[in-house]
Amino acid sequence: MTARDLSYDAVMGRKNEIMKASLGIDYDDFIHSPVAFDYERMMLQTDYSHADITRIQRETKVGDTPLYELRNLTAAVRRICEPGKGARILVKDEAANASGSFKARRASISAYEAVRKGYRGMIAATSGNYGAAVASQAAQRGLKCIIVQEVFDSRGVGQPEIVEKGRACEAYGAEVLKMSVGPELFYMLLRTLEETSYFNASLYTPFGVRGIETLGLEIAEQVRQRYGKDPEAVVITHAGGGNLTGTARGLLAAGCDHTRIVACSVDLSGLHMASDRDFNRKSFTTGHTGFGVPFATWPDRVDVPRNAARSLRYMDEYQLVSQGEVFYVTELLTKLEGLERGPAGNTSLTAAVTLARQMDQDQVVVVQETEYTGAGKHHNSQLSFARQNGIEVRRGDPRDNVPGQTIVIPERLEQVWGKVQDMDRLRLSYLKNAARACAPTSWTDSDIEFLAADLKVNQEWVRQKMPEL
Amino acid sequence: MGQFQAGGSSGEVQVGTWVEIEQVILTPEQRAASLPEDTRQVPYVMRVSGFLLEPASLGSQARIRSLIGRELSGVLKTVNPSYSHSFGTTIPELLPIGTEADP
Repeated sequence: MTARDLSYDAVMGRKNEIMKASLGIDYDDFIHSPVAFDYERMMLQTDYSHADITRIQRETKVGDTPLYELRNLTAAVRRICEPGKGARILVKDEAANASGSFKARRASISAYEAVRKGYRGMIAATSGNYGAAVASQAAQRGLKCIIVQEVFDSRGVGQPEIVEKGRACEAYGAEVLKMSVGPELFYMLLRTLEETSYFNASLYTPFGVRGIETLGLEIAEQVRQRYGKDPEAVVITHAGGGNLTGTARGLLAAGCDHTRIVACSVDLSGLHMASDRDFNRKSFTTGHTGFGVPFATWPDRVDVPRNAARSLRYMDEYQLVSQGEVFYVTELLTKLEGLERGPAGNTSLTAAVTLARQMDQDQVVVVQETEYTGAGKHHNSQLSFARQNGIEVRRGDPRDNVPGQTIVIPERLEQVWGKVQDMDRLRLSYLKNAARACAPTSWTDSDIEFLAADLKVNQEWVRQKMPEL
Repeated sequence: MGQFQAGGSSGEVQVGTWVEIEQVILTPEQRAASLPEDTRQVPYVMRVSGFLLEPASLGSQARIRSLIGRELSGVLKTVNPSYSHSFGTTIPELLPIGTEADP
């Protein structure tokens, strides 16, 4: 290999050519301006029908997961709410996918596409279950796999869940590049893509998002079959936005036009995502506000030129929950429902409790994922690690949670209450980011049309906000 | 946390041994701009495991072949790197939740 300049700036400067070579997608075809692009055409240029996606996923043990009604948890919620309230809580058991999470849906289409385009291997940079999913799908398709993962702080310490995720990747036969804390993960991804000429199994390509659409389709079909109607609400743990985008697109494709799409993240405000010190003071590795808020308000901050995951385009409501509340609800799921599952789905389950309390008894709220659990990836591991690192853990009022300092586990179910975010504030924050990419004075009518669609508002709303930007 | 401690005995490690190497990818001066203060002071480091290709001692330069067959080099850090993460010490506060012991 010829000696290339591997300095940070030089590699980042080659970003566009590396992306083009590693994805086989020319984003210039879809991009109209610094703010607008043809989103639907980008999504559909993958030319996979839902039937194709389903077939591809069945080949590698993905999809067709069970949907369970959580009868005992629903009953517990009904005991604490007003008469007539207390919607049925259902959960889609995505832990049943190969590699133990819904992320297999995303990785499955990327792996298929990588083979189709003749790549010998694929690479993903991830902090989460996605690495294991990519490794598992690559193994089944005969592809080599490299996972670039942020694992340890400058003391060499990694929190148990992160370590477990890395172990899983290695177990499926991947080479795992374990990195110290820092946003240079993206630099490392680019460097490794350039070095190997492998496929970039980014979470944010059309493949990475369209693979989740089957999750929305399955929910629509299963709920209709069993309850004779569409679900009133679907709750989705929100980080990078792909889970929400793909699920909502699937629900819409199935005709669930009135289903409320609710996002939920764990509130980690105050902790810096790039801080070496804060790294091990978080008891959640994803599904938290450190990803959820920035990705919602500027989706194109990712490793591809235009992000296929655009959460505000589909989101109706956004709830934040505390770490302690999620741990409490995780225990209830285990003890009342006999299901031991990992943290990601339990985040949205926590929001579902809040929603169910306010919804009518004949309504249905779906928690659309679970994930596997085990050593490291378990709330006892996380709490034990937190305690070792000087974080106070106690029972009490969850409003006393302070991310990185105190984890307060509720004493009663009544205390579980997700904080609803101001959607217009999030939308305005997105517009401010768009204004940074291109001054509003030069926004065209088609830019405004795109922004309105991307924020699930009308064009008038965007025009009214423009003077404030 | 245990799997990152340097382990193994002193002296040369045999070819074919499963090991972990470490490479400094960016020194503090080479890192991205706009990092928080604490992160900016430390190097950006990579660790990766593979089978040792030539005899090497802990702390010396070593070459490995990874699980997918790529050759990588770095400082030999750990012999037979292992995973020892667990469920942690019991958090008694969790136990009564969802049982009759929790009012």
